[in-house]
Amino acid sequence: MTTPTASTSVSSPDFPSTSRPNGAGAAAILAAGIGAFLMAVFAILADQSAAIKSAMIFWKPTGPLSGVTTCAIVLWLATWAILHARWRNRSVALTRVNAAAFVLLILGLLLTFPPIADLF
Amino acid sequence: MEMTARSFWTLVHGMGFGALYLLACSGALVELYRRYCTHNQALPSERDEKFLRIYLVAMAALAWLAVLTGAYIIYPWYRAVPPPGTASLAAFPQRLLMASPTTSGWHSIGMEWKEHVAWIAPISITMAAAVALQYGRNLKNHPQLRTAVLVFVWISLFAAGVAGFFGAMINKNAPVEGGPVIHIVQGESK
Repeated sequence: MTTPTASTSVSSPDFPSTSRPNGAGAAAILAAGIGAFLMAVFAILADQSAAIKSAMIFWKPTGPLSGVTTCAIVLWLATWAILHARWRNRSVALTRVNAAAFVLLILGLLLTFPPIADLF
Repeated sequence: MEMTARSFWTLVHGMGFGALYLLACSGALVELYRRYCTHNQALPSERDEKFLRIYLVAMAALAWLAVLTGAYIIYPWYRAVPPPGTASLAAFPQRLLMASPTTSGWHSIGMEWKEHVAWIAPISITMAAAVALQYGRNLKNHPQLRTAVLVFVWISLFAAGVAGFFGAMINKNAPVEGGPVIHIVQGESK
């Protein structure tokens, strides 16, 4: 993912003149949005495909929910780790990062709602 | 006065972790607004900052405990399949709800939404706690990071609220019961 970066000496809402770059925070924010979205995507996939539903049974008593949540969480943490490694020492365009994270978060909320998830 | 082991765990999950998380969410929102959305330009003290960090980490722990106990302790009891020929579905809440058109929606919409949307709460609050831990008092200088933290805490409150509402209503219509009986206190006999 390419996101505009800037020196921390530039002062604006995106790049405030502070000692700590915003990259680490941006990585956590975007990863959380991706995590919420992935939760909904895996839930829909497991609901729509018998093969995926079966593959998502990591622990039989909990059923496909065990795989859906485990996959989403592992990918969320992996995304967070990758973004953190790339952005921790720089400042990024937080307006765009926040917008992307909020859209993904709202999509995650909406797509987990069964009447909407069943449209797919 | 007694309760079953399954009822006890449902109480721990819903009231112990879930309801406490909802209460903590409102406290976190008030604290974040008080600290960052007012015209107060002063930096929070080290002690205040430490409190917020501990508070958000405790909230993250509560959220994870709520979803993990729900998914791995309560949910298997909820979705248990009755053996063929079972006359009473009282010990099989999901099947009991689905047996009647007047209650099936609590499963097909309520539980189906709750079991997934609830996980957005720990993801969101873990992010908020991580940002607070990493930035501390420096968060005062990052308005957009603060906005994101506030939005995610609001969404986590909503997600936990949905899960809590449906959890309470589902347990009201088809309680998760069974297991050993726990005697709490001996009542007076008339």
